[in-house]
Amino acid sequence: MQALRKLATLAFVAAALAPVWAFAQQPVKIGFVMFLSGPAASPFGVPAKQSADFVVDELNAGKGPAPYGKAGFGGSKIEMVAIDEAGPTTSVVTEYRNLVQRSNVDLVIGYISSGSCLAIAPVAEELKKLTNFFDCGTPRIFEDASYKYVFRTSPTATMDSVGAALFVKEARKGIKSIAGLNQNYAWGQDSWGDFELSMKTLMPGIEVKTSQMPKLFAGQYNAEISALLGAGADVIHSSFWDGDLEALILQASPRGLMDKSMMVLTTGETAMHKLAAQIPDGTVLGARGPFGPYAPDNAYNRWFSKGYEARFQAPPNYASYQMAQAILGVKAAWEKAMAGNGGKRPTNEQVGAALEHLAFDGPGGHVRMAIGKGHQAIMETAYGMTKRAGGKLTMVNVKRYPAEMVNPPEGAKSADWIKGGFKK
Amino acid sequence: MDQVGPVLVDGVIYSAWLFIAAVGLTLVYGVMKILNVTHGSFYALGAYAGASLTGAWLARGYPPALSYAVLLGGALLVTLVFAPAIERGLLRFMYAKDEVVILLVTYALFLILEDTIKLIWGVNPYFVAEPYALLGSFEVGGLKYPTYNLILVGLALALAAGLAWVLHSTRVGKLLLAVIHDPEMSRALGVNVDRYYLVTFTLACFLAALGGSFTAPTVSVVPGLGVDVIVLSFAVVVIGGLGSLPGAALGAVIVGLVRSVSVHYMPQVELFVIYSVMALVLAFRPRGLFGLAEPRKI
Amino acid sequence: MKPDRTPALLGAILAAVVAGGLLLPQWTLFILTLACAQGLVVLGLVLLQRAGLVSFGQALFYCIGAYTAGGLSRAFGTGDLFVQMAAGAAAAALVAFVLGFLLARYRGIFFGLLSLALSMIFYGLIVKSEALGSTDGMNLVKTTLFGVRPDAAWVRYAMAVAAACVALGAAWLTHRYLRTPLGRLSPAIKDNEIRVEYMGASVRYAIHVNYVIAATLAGAGGALAATTVGHIDPEMAYWTTSGEFVFIAILSGTGSVIAPFLGALVFGAIHTVAYDVSPNTWQMSMGLALLAAIVFLPDGLWSLFAKRKTA
Repeated sequence: MQALRKLATLAFVAAALAPVWAFAQQPVKIGFVMFLSGPAASPFGVPAKQSADFVVDELNAGKGPAPYGKAGFGGSKIEMVAIDEAGPTTSVVTEYRNLVQRSNVDLVIGYISSGSCLAIAPVAEELKKLTNFFDCGTPRIFEDASYKYVFRTSPTATMDSVGAALFVKEARKGIKSIAGLNQNYAWGQDSWGDFELSMKTLMPGIEVKTSQMPKLFAGQYNAEISALLGAGADVIHSSFWDGDLEALILQASPRGLMDKSMMVLTTGETAMHKLAAQIPDGTVLGARGPFGPYAPDNAYNRWFSKGYEARFQAPPNYASYQMAQAILGVKAAWEKAMAGNGGKRPTNEQVGAALEHLAFDGPGGHVRMAIGKGHQAIMETAYGMTKRAGGKLTMVNVKRYPAEMVNPPEGAKSADWIKGGFKK
Repeated sequence: MDQVGPVLVDGVIYSAWLFIAAVGLTLVYGVMKILNVTHGSFYALGAYAGASLTGAWLARGYPPALSYAVLLGGALLVTLVFAPAIERGLLRFMYAKDEVVILLVTYALFLILEDTIKLIWGVNPYFVAEPYALLGSFEVGGLKYPTYNLILVGLALALAAGLAWVLHSTRVGKLLLAVIHDPEMSRALGVNVDRYYLVTFTLACFLAALGGSFTAPTVSVVPGLGVDVIVLSFAVVVIGGLGSLPGAALGAVIVGLVRSVSVHYMPQVELFVIYSVMALVLAFRPRGLFGLAEPRKI
Repeated sequence: MKPDRTPALLGAILAAVVAGGLLLPQWTLFILTLACAQGLVVLGLVLLQRAGLVSFGQALFYCIGAYTAGGLSRAFGTGDLFVQMAAGAAAAALVAFVLGFLLARYRGIFFGLLSLALSMIFYGLIVKSEALGSTDGMNLVKTTLFGVRPDAAWVRYAMAVAAACVALGAAWLTHRYLRTPLGRLSPAIKDNEIRVEYMGASVRYAIHVNYVIAATLAGAGGALAATTVGHIDPEMAYWTTSGEFVFIAILSGTGSVIAPFLGALVFGAIHTVAYDVSPNTWQMSMGLALLAAIVFLPDGLWSLFAKRKTA
């Protein structure tokens, strides 16, 4: 019995650590990393995976809208390897290394958590593997360092707060005070910090009544809502997402918080469809860019949103859009590199060189890899107010802000740029 | 600004929620000397069951007034499906093992149940707002509060009174106290300790599920709902004293008020105020405020 | 008295790593290095377990070690593995020395819970600190060994060997400590504290010393993990991290100083397999694995190799 147990344990360890042999060179193997479990799965991870499933299937069948009509990437079928981003950072990094060195993927598209992105970026450089961050928001990636193999085809979170501040300034006259309700972790702290700084720069003399920072996933916000009601600020900013956002709307609505103050929900788009009945008119919703209700009516959006909704019975949210954009951007770079390589399969370095400073179009509109030495994308952003019309939630009063107005210029740090008055 | 009223109301509401969430944990520890990590799972199971069943109930057009009964029923259902099976099928083989090993068994079960929930209900959030909105609202200090919160407070009081009555005034309760003090002796005197363990475990899980179920209308039920509840419940129970029901109540009140005060006046310390209170209490009263002094057998 | 085979075993394992490492792929070497880091923390846990104490707050020292390494990296640009580990160990030891005065008075579940509370307070403090990057954490500079940055192809091997040297060295020192009178006191304390006091030994002192040693090991482990992964964040102090260490400790058993490293390796294997085989239900796989370990290997993995239960 002992011997059997020993054998079983050793065999198990050996099997687990044995390398997976690489497949035939023909398909393009892409590693996709996003949250498939935990609270971030439902609002971001799963919509992103679904988007990837849809886009990859369409591209493999050659049904992408021009200029994405070639099958797969330049004729080679795309093979998806999807893993879960959940777990402590040590495990995220370990699984990335396994993806690259054991599963031998050609490139990696993924990462929702800013912490993951920060940890993975140097590893991607070390392993010389092209990695495209599709969702994480922290501007620190390309502001604190330069990379050759790391890209991000979505704008940073700075854009969300600056756009929100610009919208707020225009939307209502006589705003004198603001308040914040953000989750007490990097995302919430940064979002509030950027918004507060932007408002103080745009409207000097504005008063900050209170900044509530409950624990992430606290779920119960009665006390915070009471504090905000008591403070009576004109504008309340919140970067809450998913469960917390929905709990907030469910708890705040009946208490009239949104009637007293103008509520700005920078990632509110994800709650739009499910909580349509609960969101009062006049709530400002953000979609982290020109996605979802703010997406332009172009051929890409028609192809993407209709096809996605038909397949998954739910409209795509901004995470879905960001993923689609990430795949299309890399495809464009791949095929451009291939053309420059005499039609042969390009190396990671060649794809990277093609992706640098690239401009391409997707379901969200025009994307320019303009900052971060050509590795970081900028786009315009949009904000609007909710209004229920005939049972459906629509966005009215939509304002769009061009990319240069809401993104820092090349080489500038977000915080400094905001403080300096948004100089181009 | 008249803050005192809202601070108190917020504190009381949060304390009620904490008590409902934590009382099952102290009960299990008191009787079975197990720190039950699956407590959080049952909270989540109750929330999912309550939300999904009530959602289905309302979608079929049945009277919303009965949705509260559905919430109760949902909690009861998941408890009966999972709790006895866990206790009879796994835990009872572990009682002879070390305290920590049993804790790890419950931790392993917690991991398994997290994914079980995902398999049954998927990753999408569930919510049912109707029970929350149905009862209207009341005002304190110029601020509106949904009356539903009073249900939570009422439930907490009912639970506290009910459990106290059972423990001190019924035969079953007194036997349970005997089992708490000395399981071996109780067994020797003919008490069916195994059955008490089963009933206690099931009851504690039901209380957790009830907490989850009645909280569901106020939040969006998402994966990971149970994780934070575990640590919060631990903190409350430790502050009050493991195994003590009045302790759990006092612990809930203390944590609820402290948190309410910190949110209103010092939002920046809110993040670790509960652990600081826990550490402080443990530093001066290692067994918690009402902890029973346990003789250590030599 | 049976001859002490542990030092020989440790030497053999080191030789195996040095020789075998040349044949292993990069990602395996990475996992091996992390296993050394985790093994160090678990070694400390095992030390405490022998005295009957389970700490649910070792993550505190793991995180202190990691952030010390991170601090050195950011403030002085130091990437040296040995400097970081020494500094991390020292910082953790200092904190443990102070906290030990409080914690050495507690036993059983209260020891565990108080250590957990302290760890969570530290977590809250780091999350609040935007200078330290809050929950996003920060990156470290590239690791160097004795000031030299190994070539890209050799980095993983060099680090794995360096980590193994430090880890196995620490294991050997711990083994030596366990053979001293103070070290041998632990099982006695677990059995019957009062009698130990009557024999003239100080239980508090022994526990305090064990706590500091465990913290030192955890601090070194944290620094090693920090520099291997290249990134630190507050989650390293969260209770789930402590839970993982306790998981590995139970998996390993208290049979030998080598057991924690074996346990960490097996845990890493289980983790990777779970992610690979069931990406949507990896938590369930890990839970089942833990249950299987508790039920079928009640004395830990080491019981597969040793006839006696404790060293």
